[in-house]
Amino acid sequence: MIWLDTLVQGILLGGLYALFAAGLSLVFGIMRLVNLAHGDLIILAAYLVLMGVTLLGLSPWIAALVAMPVMFALGWLLQAAVLNRVLGKDILPPLLVTFGLSVALQNGLLEVFSADSRRIPVGALEGASLDLGLVTVGIMPLMTFASAIVMIIALNGLFYHTALGRAFRATSDDAVTAGLMGIEPKRIFAIATGIAMVVVTLAALYLGMRANFDPSIGPARLIYAFEAVIIGGLGSLWGTLAGGIIIGVAQTFGAVLNPEWQILAGHIAFLAVMLLKPRGLFPRAVD
Amino acid sequence: MYRLTTRTCAGTVTAITVPIFIVAALALPAVASRGVVQDLFFILTMLTLAQIWNLLAGYGGLVSVGQQAFVGIGAYAMFAGVILLGWNPVLAIPLGGLAALVLAVLTAFFAFRLQGAYFAIGTWVIAEVTRLLVAQWKALGGGTGTSLPREATSSILGTDAIRALFGVREAAARDVLAYWLALALVVAVTGGIYWLLRSRLGLALAAVRDNVDAAQSVGVDTGRLRWAVFLIAAAATGLTGALIFLQTARISPGAAFAVTDWTANVIFIVVIGGIGTIEGPILGVLVFFALRSALADYGSWYLMTLGLIAVVVMLFAPKGLWGLIASRNGLHLFPVRRRLIGPKIEGGI
Repeated sequence: MIWLDTLVQGILLGGLYALFAAGLSLVFGIMRLVNLAHGDLIILAAYLVLMGVTLLGLSPWIAALVAMPVMFALGWLLQAAVLNRVLGKDILPPLLVTFGLSVALQNGLLEVFSADSRRIPVGALEGASLDLGLVTVGIMPLMTFASAIVMIIALNGLFYHTALGRAFRATSDDAVTAGLMGIEPKRIFAIATGIAMVVVTLAALYLGMRANFDPSIGPARLIYAFEAVIIGGLGSLWGTLAGGIIIGVAQTFGAVLNPEWQILAGHIAFLAVMLLKPRGLFPRAVD
Repeated sequence: MYRLTTRTCAGTVTAITVPIFIVAALALPAVASRGVVQDLFFILTMLTLAQIWNLLAGYGGLVSVGQQAFVGIGAYAMFAGVILLGWNPVLAIPLGGLAALVLAVLTAFFAFRLQGAYFAIGTWVIAEVTRLLVAQWKALGGGTGTSLPREATSSILGTDAIRALFGVREAAARDVLAYWLALALVVAVTGGIYWLLRSRLGLALAAVRDNVDAAQSVGVDTGRLRWAVFLIAAAATGLTGALIFLQTARISPGAAFAVTDWTANVIFIVVIGGIGTIEGPILGVLVFFALRSALADYGSWYLMTLGLIAVVVMLFAPKGLWGLIASRNGLHLFPVRRRLIGPKIEGGI
């Protein structure tokens, strides 16, 4: 029974990783930019939500709703003022700029919020669980997973059924030709990064409610997100969810065998997929 | 008669002054205090790492964020040689280079499957995996780490001679030895890269950097070139890691595989100094050390400032400080550009 339980926990954990990964995948899909500060931006959003809860006395959900437009604006500004300047054929400048941002952000957070572990308080929900007969699952992991699915459906809807999504796809395929058709790629990029930051805020909400966080854990979240994207195959959000689930399951099983192997098991699952399926399990885009 | 040459006036001046600098640096421990020797050791090892990363990213187009893997494995291999095999620490340093080379073959096997920007995070994942695996290595202290045993540090090759020469204590003699080794390493690495860039391999690298398709069309094997650069860089990084932890004589997975120390700082040095030049990292390491000394009391503000400076440099002066200097007066202390010289061509420029 413990194996079934572990499996379910792992699958639900995968939902969190898919939330981490969706923003990364979105930005990469549209502008071929790998944002190395992605993990630290998740942590920044988590602190924003936490401040909404502790300083303004809001409930975490409302605090996240308040933080989302703030993060959207931040993402828009980041793209318009900084990242658009370095996008181009050469991959070096955007990588180095986002890496510099990552280190700056991490240390800035450390200075402002100290290295203490924090958590977003959620009251009774925190320990609540649901008995499904064979296994008992926590309400919080279940909600995370459900949110990941809703978010993927919403993003896919945005991508394939709206004018903005058409502009995203056109810019992704060929920015120059899209420009000829009256789309301004730089504006599209800024909106895309803004939306990615909204997704990041949702990820941060669950990250902060489920476990302790501190300024130093950003890079590890970036790595999980990256692994989920690569396992799933570029360009497929459902693939990203599958990737997140594979890492989540590998981590929970690793932790059952030996608590020290939890993180390692996730990485090894990633390397195994890379070995067998270098382009990921469900590749859609060719890059 | 027309000839291709890389020789310039400034290059000749460099060729004359560099040996003078090296001799002066060799003699320095006779007059400098232990603190100065330690600072110089730090500067020289960071410069070595910066030159290597510059070769990778600036010339080879391989943006690795996982160089800490090779620093760490090199250091741990040296410790393994001393603690498990009973080797003299100095003789165990090459083990570090060897271990890094082996790890680099495995890393490249995985990371080269990732295109472009994803290669960067791929190397980071490998570094994390290596750190987590090494933390399981109980014979070398597991997650908490270990120190070089007293009998090993007290009998390092050459320290007796240094003690006799300068009349210093054992610990200071060890610092002098580490400093000399770091000096030898930085000269070998910088000289090696300079030689490499002027060789056929360097020409191929420049061709790939400027236009991959054109380079391939004239017969450059880009895949093999990437492997060669990655393996050379890893082995040199492993040697540097072994040397750094020979000097500290204490190791832990956290310190040996620190992404901030061995990759972030190194990237900032190269970016601020000027990527894609040999002069850049030299200038960068001086700026880095000055900032570090000036902001030493400000904790994490210091790293934040460094990160922001790197971002600003990348935005407004992508070729770094040396790029600003070189674009103004065309100065190249280590010229690698091939120029055609000979009688003036009719109607030419």
